[in-house]
Amino acid sequence: MASEYKRYARALWLLAMLCACCALSGCRRNTAGGVNVMGSTSIQPFAEVLADEFNSRHPSSRIDVQGGGSTMGIQSVTNNLAQIAMCSRELKSSESRYLKPIIIALDGMAVVVHKDNTVSNLTREQVREMFVGNITNWSQVGGEDRPIRLITREEGSGTREAFAKLVMNNQRVSRKALTQESNGAVKELVRGDRAAIGYMSLGLVNDEAKIVNIEGIVPSTDNVRNGSYPLVRPFLFVVRMGAVLSPAAKEFLEFVLSPQGQHLLVEEGLVSVL
Amino acid sequence: MTRQAISNPLHADEGADNGAPPPQINAPRHRRQLRIPPDVAQRIVVGGLWAIAMSAVAVLLFIIVFIMVKGLPHVTPEFLLQAPAKGGRLGGVSPMIFGTIAVAGLAVLIAGPIGVITAIYLTEYTRESKLTAFIRFGADCLAGIPSIIFGLFGFVFFADTLGLGISIISGALTLALMVLPTIIRTSEEAIRAVPAAFRDVSFGLGSTRWQMVTRVVLRSALPGIGTGIVLSIGRSISETAALMLTSGMVARHPSSVFDSARTLALHFFTLSREGISMPKAYATAAVLVLAILMINLLAYWFMRRFIARVR
Amino acid sequence: MRASQGMPKRSPLGAWLDRKQDLFISSILLVVALSAISGLVVITAFIFKEGLPIMLQVGVGKFVSSSDWYPAEGHFGIFPMIMGSLAVTAGALVIGGVLGLGCAVVLTQFCPRWAVSILKPSIELLAGIPSVVYGFIGVVILVPMIRVHLGGPGLSVLASSIVLGIMMLPTVTSISVDALQAVPKAYRDGSIALGATHWQTTRMVILKASRSGLVAAMILGMGRAVGETMAVIMVAGNTLDVPDSILAPVRTLTSNIALEMGYAAGDHRKALFATGVVLFVIIMILNTIALTVSRRRSRRKSGA
Repeated sequence: MASEYKRYARALWLLAMLCACCALSGCRRNTAGGVNVMGSTSIQPFAEVLADEFNSRHPSSRIDVQGGGSTMGIQSVTNNLAQIAMCSRELKSSESRYLKPIIIALDGMAVVVHKDNTVSNLTREQVREMFVGNITNWSQVGGEDRPIRLITREEGSGTREAFAKLVMNNQRVSRKALTQESNGAVKELVRGDRAAIGYMSLGLVNDEAKIVNIEGIVPSTDNVRNGSYPLVRPFLFVVRMGAVLSPAAKEFLEFVLSPQGQHLLVEEGLVSVL
Repeated sequence: MTRQAISNPLHADEGADNGAPPPQINAPRHRRQLRIPPDVAQRIVVGGLWAIAMSAVAVLLFIIVFIMVKGLPHVTPEFLLQAPAKGGRLGGVSPMIFGTIAVAGLAVLIAGPIGVITAIYLTEYTRESKLTAFIRFGADCLAGIPSIIFGLFGFVFFADTLGLGISIISGALTLALMVLPTIIRTSEEAIRAVPAAFRDVSFGLGSTRWQMVTRVVLRSALPGIGTGIVLSIGRSISETAALMLTSGMVARHPSSVFDSARTLALHFFTLSREGISMPKAYATAAVLVLAILMINLLAYWFMRRFIARVR
Repeated sequence: MRASQGMPKRSPLGAWLDRKQDLFISSILLVVALSAISGLVVITAFIFKEGLPIMLQVGVGKFVSSSDWYPAEGHFGIFPMIMGSLAVTAGALVIGGVLGLGCAVVLTQFCPRWAVSILKPSIELLAGIPSVVYGFIGVVILVPMIRVHLGGPGLSVLASSIVLGIMMLPTVTSISVDALQAVPKAYRDGSIALGATHWQTTRMVILKASRSGLVAAMILGMGRAVGETMAVIMVAGNTLDVPDSILAPVRTLTSNIALEMGYAAGDHRKALFATGVVLFVIIMILNTIALTVSRRRSRRKSGA
C-alpha cells in the first residue's frame, strides 16, 4: 500500500536530515564582508547605534554586534570568532600581552539614591564605608533614620571593577549587598526603594532616580571630561595585536573614533574621547 | 446506608461522564480513615481544588492581561514590519519575529524526531535495564542544568569547534540539546502509559514490532508526545541565556541559517534590563505572547488533524 | 488486521525490507538514540571537565562548605548558594506543586470536557511565556508588593519561590494531566461502583495508579525551578549571605553562574563550571530520592 512506502520515505527523509546536520557541521561559515563585534553588554547598545549608522553609510559591509560579556568577547577575538571585542573592564595583564585596547568613549559612574532621599552629597569615604558595611543607617550621613540597602553589580562586571578601584580601594563589598546584573536593574530597584543606594552608568540615569554629588562635584558630562569628577571608566574596543583587520573592520574603527561616530556616542550620554 | 443516599446526587452529577450506576455497596475501609462523611469531604476538597485551579488560572490570566494592556497600544503595523533603530529605542521587531521562528522551529525540528525515536528505542526496543535507567536518570539531571551552561557549551562546541559561527544553526542545535531531555522523558512517559494489552493484541495479530510501534503504540501515545513537543516549542521560544552566545544578538533579517539572529525574548531582555525603552519592551513582550499563542494554536490544530486522520 | 490488507501490493524492495525490517529499523533507531544520548553525555562531560579540576584543587569539602565567595582573591566557597537553591526550590515546589497538581486533578476529574479543552492548552501556553517576562513582572509587581507589605528588600526567597512556582506550574500540570488521564477508565468505574465517592476514587485509586507519572511531573518541574536562571537573577537579590528568613535576599547556584559567567576568566570561570557540577550533583541526589521514594511506596503497595 502507498502508506507503506510513505513510511519508508519518512524514515529515509529522517536519515537524510541527520546526514544534512552532520554535513552542515562540516562546512565553515563564510565571513566575507561581515565583521563580528562581541562582548560587554553595557557597551552593546552603544555599539549597535554605531553599527546601524555605519551599515547605512556602507551598504556593502556588515557589522554584527553581539553581546555575551567582556570575557566572551575577548575569548572570541582570541579564537578568531570576532574581529573586535567590546570590554567594559580593564584588560588583565595576561590579556594585554596579545591584545590591543582602544578607548572609544568615557563613561561617568553615578551614585544613585531614591528620588525622595534627603541626602544629596556624599564623600568617597562615606560611600566606601556604606558599601563596606560600617555605615548602616542613612541618619549617619545626614539623612532620615532608615537602614541603608546596598545595591552592587556582579563580580567581574566593568562597572563594579571601576567602582572597586575608584571608591572601594579594593576593600570587599559587604556580603549583605544586593547584586544586580544590569544598569536597568539597579535603576529599577533604586526607583522603588527609599532605603537603596547603588551605582550605575551616568548616561543611563533619568529623572526616576536621584544622582548624588561626590565630594561636592556634580557628575555632569563636563566634569567627567575635565577630570574633576572622580568616578570615570573607559569603554574599550579590543583587537588582537598584529592581527590583519578586514577593510570593513578598519573603516568601522575609524568611524567610531571620527567626529561623527563620537557625536553619536555623546548623543547617547557617553563622554567623547576627542 | 444513609450516607450513600446523601452522596447519590453527587454521583448522579458525574454519572453522565462515566455511566457508572450509583453505588450500592458500602466501603468499610474508607470509613475507618475518614471522620468527615465522604460526601462532605468531597464537597470541601472539590471546592478547594477548584479554588486552587482558579487562582492559578487567575495569576496566569493576570500576567497575560498585564502584558497586553501595557504592550498592545504600542504594537502598530510599523512595529511589526520595521527593523529596530537606535539600539531598539525606535523602530520595530520584524527581524526578531523571523529570528524567533527560525531558531525555535529548527530546534524542535531537530530535537522532536530524535527525541521521540530515542524514547521509542528506550521503551520498545530494549529491555528495561541498568543502562536505560541510567539514561533516563541522566536526562532528568540535564533538565535542571541552567541554560547558560548549554549556551556556553554551544558557543565552544557548535560555534567555535565546529565552525558554525554565531548563527541560527548553532542556536538551534544548542536549543535542541536543551529540550531533548524533556521530549525524551514526556514521550517515554506517554509510550509507557499505553496498556500492555494493546501490544499483545498487535503481536497476536502477527504484526512486526515496527508495525506495532507505529500503528498501535504511537497512535495511543500521540497526545502525550504532542504535549512534550508543545512544551519544548514554548521553552525554545522563551529561551534567552542559551541563545545570547549561540544565535547571537544581531537585529537584522538573517539571509541564511549561518547568519546571526536575535530572538524576541532576547530583544525584550535587552530592552527591559538595560533600561533602553519600556514601551518597546512591553510591546515586544506582547508580540512574543501573541506569537506563542499562535504557534500553540497551530500545533494543536495540526495535532487534532493528525489524530483525526490516524484514528 | 490492517497490516495484512497492505500485503499483496508490496514491491520486491518492500518485501525485502519487510524480511529485514526488525533488524533494519532497530539498528536505525539505535543509531538515532545513541546520537541523542551521546549529545547529552558530551555536554555532561563538558561541564565536569571544565569544573572538576578547580574543585579538586580547592578541595571539594571546602568548596561546598565555605561561605567565602571572592573570586578576585581566589576564594571559592558556595555554601550560601547551595542553601539558597535549596530554599528557593523547596518554596517553588510547595507553591508550584500544589497549584500544578490541583489544576491537574481538577482538569482530569472534576471538570466538564469543554472546559478541559480550553484550560489545558491555555496552561500549556504559559510554558511558552519567557522566563524573562515572568522575572520582569516579578520585579515590577511582586517585589514592590513584598517590600511595602511584608518588609525587607522585596527581592527575597519568597519572591523567587512564587515566581518559580508559577513558572513550573505549566510543566507540572500538563505532565500530571497526561499521567492522570493514562489511568485506565476501568479503575475509576470500578472504584465508583464499589461505593467510593468521586474524591475517594481520585485520592485512593487514580492518584496512586498514576504515581510514577506524577513523580516525573514533580521532578521535571523541580528541574525547571532549580535550573531556572534569568527570572531568579531578577527577583532573588543575589546577596552572598545564607538567607535567614523567607524575606531575606538569596543567591542561587544558577544565578551565581549566570551573573558572573559573562565576565569571568581563568579560575573564576572554572569555579563557575564547578558550581554547575555541584548543581548537577544536587539534582542527581534529588532525583534519586524521588525515585527511591516512589519505588518503595509502590513495592509496599504491591506487597500489601
